[in-house]
Amino acid sequence: MNVLTPAMQDLLLESFWETVIMVGASAGIAVAFGLPLALLLHVTAPGGLSPNGWINRPLGLIVNAARSTPFIILMVAIVPFTRLVAGTSIGTGAAIVPLALAATAFLARLFENALREVDRGVIEAARAMGASRLQIVAKVLVPEALPGLIAAVTVALVSLVGFSAMAGAVGGGGLGDLGIRFGYQRFMPEVMATVVILLILFVQGLQSLGDWLVRRLSRK
Amino acid sequence: MAAIRLQGLRKRFAPDALPALDDVSLSVEAGEVFGIVGRSGAGKSTLIRCVNLLERPDAGTVQVLGQDVLALDDAALRQARRGMGMVFQHFNLHARRTVAENVAFPLEIAGVPRAGRAARVAELLPLVGLEAKRDAYPAQLSGGQKQRVGIARALASKPRILLCDEATSALDPETTAEILALIRDLRARLDLTVLLITHEMGVVKSVCDRVAVMEAGRVIEEGRVFDVFTRPAQPTTRRFVAEVIGHSVPEGTVARLPAARDGEARRLVQVLFAGPNSTRAVVSEASRDFGVDMNIVSGRVDEIAGEPFGVMALAAYGAPDRLEASFAWMRSLGLTVTEIEG
Repeated sequence: MNVLTPAMQDLLLESFWETVIMVGASAGIAVAFGLPLALLLHVTAPGGLSPNGWINRPLGLIVNAARSTPFIILMVAIVPFTRLVAGTSIGTGAAIVPLALAATAFLARLFENALREVDRGVIEAARAMGASRLQIVAKVLVPEALPGLIAAVTVALVSLVGFSAMAGAVGGGGLGDLGIRFGYQRFMPEVMATVVILLILFVQGLQSLGDWLVRRLSRK
Repeated sequence: MAAIRLQGLRKRFAPDALPALDDVSLSVEAGEVFGIVGRSGAGKSTLIRCVNLLERPDAGTVQVLGQDVLALDDAALRQARRGMGMVFQHFNLHARRTVAENVAFPLEIAGVPRAGRAARVAELLPLVGLEAKRDAYPAQLSGGQKQRVGIARALASKPRILLCDEATSALDPETTAEILALIRDLRARLDLTVLLITHEMGVVKSVCDRVAVMEAGRVIEEGRVFDVFTRPAQPTTRRFVAEVIGHSVPEGTVARLPAARDGEARRLVQVLFAGPNSTRAVVSEASRDFGVDMNIVSGRVDEIAGEPFGVMALAAYGAPDRLEASFAWMRSLGLTVTEIEG
């Protein structure tokens, strides 16, 4: 019982790739910017390795502002910035900019939590051995937090799949957009059902991969 | 020469808080095991952290191996810390590094090349009896094994000084004895100076040469372990000593003791034997020469810092003046005689 026309099947495949690209690229950017941001937040926090309120407080404020702005509004609000970075404000490439921005702020907080979970005693031991702050960050903090960091990336990836459904608003495409345009607006429930099933499988796959990695990496 | 010399240390964690350290001065001689004992909150943890400056004192001086560590810049302080190994109550091992990788960590920090690290780890693991566990992760080890890793790690960069922060407090009594024996053995073999803090007087009794008792941020008593055990001056010290020596007589036992006959008195005393007269037959000599009766209610002989030491509780019967005279005679032999309430 093949209710989907070959043309619709092609469209689904294309949309799936758009989702994968949007989620993958923005997650990659978010990790690249979110980790340094989280480390900066962590070490400058009160009781951190180099407490510094002048860095910590404004940075925390910016991260919170980005996190509390609803994604659909953030996406529209930063259109000038998107145009500056991507050269255009519509399409899959343009959608990556707001997605990456939202994910960076989100991940920075999740990473910060993971870093906070690292046993303070291990850090104190490293200090007692004569480790420099940079060595503590590179050889203790990040390696010990790795399972937590991976778990945070998994959570962010799953959230990004959800956010990417809103990317249709700026012509980003993707599975979510396909579901809205065909499944909802053109009353094609079979398209909607396929989109939802595909998204569920995709998220499930991401989660399982993340869990497996965390299990492999932690030695508890 | 003193390996560690602390002078006039003061530390307050908040302006309105009670001082964690209130004018503490201590001197640890090279090659000795020095213990600091105190209840939690007495300031001992802050004190040991002031030696490698994990905590900076508000005032005072810290000299380690003749070096004024408070005057060092960041890089020099890191270098100085490599000369002081530290062992922790909760081991503080890297969960994602194997035993060998944990032990090699201080060397990695110091920039020792891989081959050098491997060679040093191969020397250290047999020293703490963990050759078979070199590739295990901390979660696969028992508490005692984890602390052995902690000790091997602390010794990796060949320090002259070992700081032990409640190193046995998370371990059961049997493992505690093993770890203490290991520390004693390593001290002799590697010519270390050990500063340890503990809340257990039993730890002091079994490994320390000298001890300082801390209370409310101050050192209230200090001396050779044997002297502090046999002649504690402060009430807090006496309570600590009592935990190990256990001189108290059960109430039921006191109630069952016969009362004094008419014209006589009954005195319940604790007698501490130490030093050259600890092997004399004091009880029978006193009974014969003073015409009193002495009933041994409890007693034990122990060894503290390698010297014999005895404690017993006596119920003594006789004429009040004869009893007093017999106690005075015991004191003249160097025994400590104190009244027990009963």
